[in-house]
Amino acid sequence: MERIYLDNNATTIVDPQVREAMDPFYCQMYGNPNSLHSYGIEVRPYLHQAMEQMYAGIGARDEDDVIINSCATEGNNTVIMGMYFNLLKDTRKKRLVTTQLEHPCVREACRFLETQGVQVTYLAPDRDGMITAEMVKEAINDKTALVSVMWANNETGLVLPIKEIAETCKEKGVYFHTDAVQAIGKVDVDLRDVPIDYLTFSAHKFHGPKGAGGLYIRQGASLPPLLHGGEQMGGHRAGTVDVAGMVGMGKAMEIAVDSLDFEDKEVRRLRNKLEDALLKNDDVMVVGDRELRTPNTLYVSIRGVEGEAMIWDLNEHGIAASTGSACASESLEASPILTAIGADKELAHTGVRFSLSRFTTEHEIDRTIEVANRAIDRLRQLSTSY
Amino acid sequence: MAKNDLIGGSLWEQYSEKVSERMNNPRHFGELTQEDAQAMNGRLVVANEGAESCGDTVRLFWVVGDDDEVIKSAKFKSFGCGTAIASTDMMAEMCIGKTVEQATKITNLDVEKALRDSEDEAAVPPQKMHCSVMAYEVIKQATAIYRNVDVATLQEKNIVCECARVSLQMVEDAIRINDLTTVEEITDYTKAGAFCKSCIEPGGHEKREHYLVDILARVRGEIERENNPDGVVGDDFLSLSIVKQIKAIEQSLDQYVRPALAGDGGGVELDDVCLGDDGLVHVHIKYQGSCKGCAGSVAGTLSFVQKSLQGTVSDKIRVVVAQS
Ligand SMILES: Cc1ncc(COP(=O)(O)O)c(C=O)c1O
Ligand code: FES
Ligand SMILES: [Zn+2]
Ligand SMILES: [Zn+2]
Repeated sequence: MERIYLDNNATTIVDPQVREAMDPFYCQMYGNPNSLHSYGIEVRPYLHQAMEQMYAGIGARDEDDVIINSCATEGNNTVIMGMYFNLLKDTRKKRLVTTQLEHPCVREACRFLETQGVQVTYLAPDRDGMITAEMVKEAINDKTALVSVMWANNETGLVLPIKEIAETCKEKGVYFHTDAVQAIGKVDVDLRDVPIDYLTFSAHKFHGPKGAGGLYIRQGASLPPLLHGGEQMGGHRAGTVDVAGMVGMGKAMEIAVDSLDFEDKEVRRLRNKLEDALLKNDDVMVVGDRELRTPNTLYVSIRGVEGEAMIWDLNEHGIAASTGSACASESLEASPILTAIGADKELAHTGVRFSLSRFTTEHEIDRTIEVANRAIDRLRQLSTSY
Repeated sequence: MAKNDLIGGSLWEQYSEKVSERMNNPRHFGELTQEDAQAMNGRLVVANEGAESCGDTVRLFWVVGDDDEVIKSAKFKSFGCGTAIASTDMMAEMCIGKTVEQATKITNLDVEKALRDSEDEAAVPPQKMHCSVMAYEVIKQATAIYRNVDVATLQEKNIVCECARVSLQMVEDAIRINDLTTVEEITDYTKAGAFCKSCIEPGGHEKREHYLVDILARVRGEIERENNPDGVVGDDFLSLSIVKQIKAIEQSLDQYVRPALAGDGGGVELDDVCLGDDGLVHVHIKYQGSCKGCAGSVAGTLSFVQKSLQGTVSDKIRVVVAQS
């Protein structure tokens, strides 16, 4: 069966060019970059090159740090735990401000700090799924140490007003962290324009390998490491660096940034085509203004069609999408974004996410439209509520 | 356990072939009409059921034979996930050919068993057991409509765990007979709480009338007082003056509750004590320190405090969090 992958917000195919760049570091140049001998020496230029690509990709300045680690989960935890040991633990600063939209790796880290006596504000989005700079401003007080707001949401694709939020934090004199996992390669991320202290990303979300990530730390905002040990990453993150992973991530970053224009035009066109086609069915609703979303993401609610049942039918025809439906989760909890935007029960059960990539083809979208329409018809025939 | 649990299971991998097959091709979906019923010399019954917390709904159609009460045909419609559709389909099939009386005895456990590929392998992962409960409830609803009686008269009384169909009596007996002290033990002995977990403590997927934590606390308290008849118990506590009640509560908080919470950097403060409409003494508490604002631990802490007070002061106590 022909398979079609429309779950690119979960993870992506590794770009063949990225894989090619990684290949020599497994069986040929496998030295430890910290070694003194030739095996160590020969890999170092590639790491420098990867660093160049990473710095250029997000517009970091030479004096800032981009720490290469294992994933965004690690980066986000490094920031939140680091903030605890630096400030929250025993200075007057006792508060964190974040949002209800964050990925569990931010939310649960905050929850953990609550057990250590830190006060956390979880901002609720407005009806459009947005967090505004105004909300952040109001939530900050003189005890606030850090604000953490994601750049783009993984479920809806909504892009938050990060520039204004960052500027608000700067004005108020609190540190600002953003989880940019869903933004890299989808929208312009340029730290020369935006005063951000900490930013995190994961390579596998932009056609790089799994298990490689980055944490940007602005000069002067340094944090204690999460992993203590050797001198790697200037002592900021101990552990032998995954050379192939880092090289692959550098290449993936370079291509992702070069492809932004394609993403904005071509991926957006295909996404809109799918969206328009689904909206031709009655009682279909899409979450979030199209112009305010990443170009690849579509979160749709189809009345009378339970989310897990929908992705089941799609999967039976080789199409991979995902759902925030309660019934499909380990905990039977509906996806927090749906509850957060005040969705009714029905929506909390019908949400289906399609996320495209620059590898998605027109043919794939046409086929998805056909299969999705048939699934909607079948499930609505079965349905009591339609 | 660990080796298999570290890479969590995918939901769909745990569905039986029969579940997938019925999800793809349900055999009994559709509707039955008055005309269908007449043609079959029977009566049409249409029942609706909905699980409020998850938004799943099901509609069951029966044609029941006029002279023999046998269900001649059954069809359904459903808004729910794959497991809900598959179990409703199986349930409808199991109704056909049975008398209404026999059909009323079908439970979600029977439906799950019928969906298994092999006898000792569950048809659905534990948390999805919940999605088959509705299939069971709609049968009761249909019978009630058919017999023109209140559905409550047909429902088993005091079911604590819907997924495993365990009653209050079964849980109480298990605690007493085996001297159980933890919820995990109750689950091991009775299977209550092994599936969607809604019945363990407040704050889960679905609101329940009884929770295992509360039953455990109450029965433990009863056992304790049976062993130590000199303590202040039950109705005696209700007849104490409010000052004496407060004293007893404060004393117990100091002795049992505060030391335990202090370990996590938290605490509780007594805010008010009053007699509630339910005839119980309501103890209003406020959280302090790390207990405060920690959504994850609020339900757990509350039930811990209540359990301690019920066990050491009186089972006529209910603990509530004071609104600040
Ligand atoms: C917004 C967001 N943040 C963080 C992560 C975590 O990424 P990783 O699992 O690579 O650490 C994800 C992945 O789903 C995500 O979507
Ligand atoms: S009610 Fe689902 S496990 Fe008890
Ligand atoms: Zn449910
Ligand atoms: Zn379900």
